[in-house]
Amino acid sequence: MADDDIILSDLSDDELVLQMHDDLYDGLKEEIEEAVNILIERGWTPYDVLTKALVAGMTIVGADFRDGILFVPEVLLAANAMKGGMAILKPLLIETGAPRMGKMVIGTVKGDIHDIGKNLVAMMMEGAGFEVRDLGINNSVEKYLEALEAEKPDILGMSALLTTTMPYMKVVIDTMKEKGMRDDYIVLVGGAPLNEEFGRAIGADAYCRDAAVAVETAKQFVARKHNQAAAL
Amino acid sequence: MSLPADHELTEQGLAPEGRGRVLLIACGALAHEILALKRMNGWDHLDLQCLPANLHLWPDRIPAAVEKSVAEHRADYQRIFIVYADCGTGGLLSEKCKELGVEMVEGPHCYSFFEGNAAFAAKADEEFTAFYLTDFLVRQFDAFVWKPMGLDRHPELRDMYFGNYTKLVYQAQTEDPTLEAKARDCAARLGLDYERRFTGYGDLSPALARLAP
Repeated sequence: MADDDIILSDLSDDELVLQMHDDLYDGLKEEIEEAVNILIERGWTPYDVLTKALVAGMTIVGADFRDGILFVPEVLLAANAMKGGMAILKPLLIETGAPRMGKMVIGTVKGDIHDIGKNLVAMMMEGAGFEVRDLGINNSVEKYLEALEAEKPDILGMSALLTTTMPYMKVVIDTMKEKGMRDDYIVLVGGAPLNEEFGRAIGADAYCRDAAVAVETAKQFVARKHNQAAAL
Repeated sequence: MSLPADHELTEQGLAPEGRGRVLLIACGALAHEILALKRMNGWDHLDLQCLPANLHLWPDRIPAAVEKSVAEHRADYQRIFIVYADCGTGGLLSEKCKELGVEMVEGPHCYSFFEGNAAFAAKADEEFTAFYLTDFLVRQFDAFVWKPMGLDRHPELRDMYFGNYTKLVYQAQTEDPTLEAKARDCAARLGLDYERRFTGYGDLSPALARLAP
């Protein structure tokens, strides 16, 4: 061990949380796992560990990615570290209960195998308190509809990386319209070649540029939906 | 016209010579192929400017770069033709070309037009787990794939990027045993099966032939 190595368990809570933000930024999975366990042993609720340490840290990562300071490899390493922390917290969150924001079904569209962005969105949505059912890659309209029927989510999220596959999102939305179920769900779309105009043109509720925007957009739409329901 | 080194095509592009009535504004990744076609067909009416090939790492920057180049050169040529496909711009390049009144190559990307857009589309259902490389991308594999994805520093990320792919298809524009060996090595480094497919210049050749003098 080098002289300048930090002993995580020697840090105060505040110092440890800041250190976790740094370690997430640097993609240090083992350190994040160790720190999560330390905070839990100190009596922190799993929800506080999730939001104050992990989500807050990933928010910094997301902002620096958006601003061109960090790039995809660094974001992936950070996500991998957060995933390590989430794996410890998930069963504890179920045991202890945590505020639930809503539910999302998410998947990459048919003919497309790219899932890095979709996985980031799913993870950040979970971190923000959404229950997420991830359908994985290459999803046909039938698979999306089956999942909507089975899971009854608030939100459907669709992802595509290819110019050739992104039009499939419209196929899914049009089918939802035909079946009279489009307005039962908030539809969010994302992926590198998409833009706001495309999102509008296919009839999605919103295009989300990155995982942080997806979380914020989801929160706003769910709040609006609840407000509308309350007004009825 | 002599070609600069591949890394210059990647990072700086290529300036036009200022001769010919038709200017091709192309991706630096297509410089070798366009100049080969020009040479083979005696297309002296075509001049070539290449934008840096690494714009593909930021496809959203391609329409603005094309617009800037068209504005700079429009007065010097009778006609301008854009040798990009959609290239991940999500239709924005096509819109920009319409706005500028210039034509562009048809298709989603060079993998498609090298193979022939119709043939490529016909295979879409069974080949969507293929990762494609052209001659240029085989030569510039480290600059376009390995380093930008951080695999030189973090090889453990490989399966996060490529875990859903099954094979690497090397679309060969030329017969070159050295490139073939390098492409095979690229597949091994990515942990993918390997297939070589000779495409030649595909739809690029007729697209440029239509710009006849």
